[in-house]
Amino acid sequence: MGAFGPNPEKVRPLLAQGQVLAIQGNYEESLAAGREDCNCGYTDPRDNHFAEISYRYTERNCSPEFKAWMGTLPQRRRVRVGEHELLLVHGSPRRINEFLFHSTSPVPFLEVLLDQNRCDALLATHTGLHWHRRLPSGRDVINVGVIGRPANDGQTHVWYSMIEAREEGLGVELVPLAYDHLGLAAEMRSEGLPEEFVETVLTGWWTTCLEILPARERAASRF
Amino acid sequence: MSSPEVALQSLDTLWFQVGGTVCNLACTHCFVSCSPTNHTHEMLALAEVRRYLDEAARLGVREYYFTGGEPFLNPEMETILAATLEVGPATVLTNGLLLDPGRCARLKALADASDYSLDFRVSLDGWDATSNDPIRGEGTFERILAGIRNLHAAGLNPVITVTEVCEGTAGDAGKERFFTLLRSLGIERPRLKILPVFRIGAEAERGGAYESWQRLREGEAPDGGWDHLQCSSCRMVTDQGVWVCPILVNEPEAKMGETLADTLGDFPLEHPACWTCHVYGVSCRT
Repeated sequence: MGAFGPNPEKVRPLLAQGQVLAIQGNYEESLAAGREDCNCGYTDPRDNHFAEISYRYTERNCSPEFKAWMGTLPQRRRVRVGEHELLLVHGSPRRINEFLFHSTSPVPFLEVLLDQNRCDALLATHTGLHWHRRLPSGRDVINVGVIGRPANDGQTHVWYSMIEAREEGLGVELVPLAYDHLGLAAEMRSEGLPEEFVETVLTGWWTTCLEILPARERAASRF
Repeated sequence: MSSPEVALQSLDTLWFQVGGTVCNLACTHCFVSCSPTNHTHEMLALAEVRRYLDEAARLGVREYYFTGGEPFLNPEMETILAATLEVGPATVLTNGLLLDPGRCARLKALADASDYSLDFRVSLDGWDATSNDPIRGEGTFERILAGIRNLHAAGLNPVITVTEVCEGTAGDAGKERFFTLLRSLGIERPRLKILPVFRIGAEAERGGAYESWQRLREGEAPDGGWDHLQCSSCRMVTDQGVWVCPILVNEPEAKMGETLADTLGDFPLEHPACWTCHVYGVSCRT
């Protein structure tokens, strides 16, 4: 609900109006607990520098009530879609800040992870990069993408996922979403957020937090 | 006072001592004391690696690392990588000396053919010959840089691994010197990993061995327990069985069994190198 973008409090009424079921991510967990950092899992000093700026901004711009509400959110939800049991988590079922990238989440690992968590599909996010892998067992793992930052592909749109029960199985659609990114960039500048973040919104290329990208995802990156 | 024990939380990372302890260099800080004549561990054959890959896949291992010795001395190394990339992402730790343009092109083809990441770490211990060569050997600085250039030219961007033997490396200024060096090679997105030294093997001779107080003790566990240690999520395969981690392959007591299934239990953190992992927050992973 916070991090990269401006004015996180604007999210709150939207979630309430839409009766959106939310789960806790590492930001929500850290803000609710009053932690000093976002627990994003970076080690590079430059990444941590910018991670600290965005965390401090979000921390300052969320009310105590909003933070307390974040603390009430579960870290996982199970949702039934048709015959399919979906497990929703932020990072992974094991750790709230574990990165599940496409190129470093191999099939055998995912099969065991779904066995251990007894679900037909696992939905995660945290990395900022969307992907879908249908496993040999017929189960699905979906990194659902993020709507707060473009996917480091030179495109300004963001991504979400549509999951539905279909006769032939679980329907998974990764959906690009265009939005007023110029307006967002202006709002970020007026809030004093770093120009590096603004550049990402305007170009679709990440400029920070690149260290955690695996070799393949980094090779596809501009920076 | 007795040593604490670390539990294996999940076997995420499997290492292969694929080059054994045989290396074309004899670095003065090598904690495994690898050299052209060290046959403590022999190279791993493709068939052995495949056997462990099969078991690892059943256990849900997430990633594979290859080290030595020098992995590319192993004549089956490229075939081993191809087999590994069928089941998961792979990273090779190399000294860079055997990375000629032809090999780099083949490695790029392997990377492109897989669903999973293929990554490389090249060791370098200084930002010039004067700082690097006394550690890694005369003339190695230029040869390592040639290997890095060849990888880069093939479209592969390695992580440069530097130990703190190179004075000032850990600070921001030291890191910037390496970034500047890599940019001068045309690498626009330099990647760097800094590692502390382990005072065992050749490094015990060069920099001095551990002192008696450098041990982990029962009751000293941090709030999160010992889960931050890499041995809570990794094991190391050599030609002689399965060891607890990539650091302790010369320690007989660190061998845990013959199969991965033998090694899923707890391990006592008795060795002084365990102290380094804890105090410096070391992970051999990238």
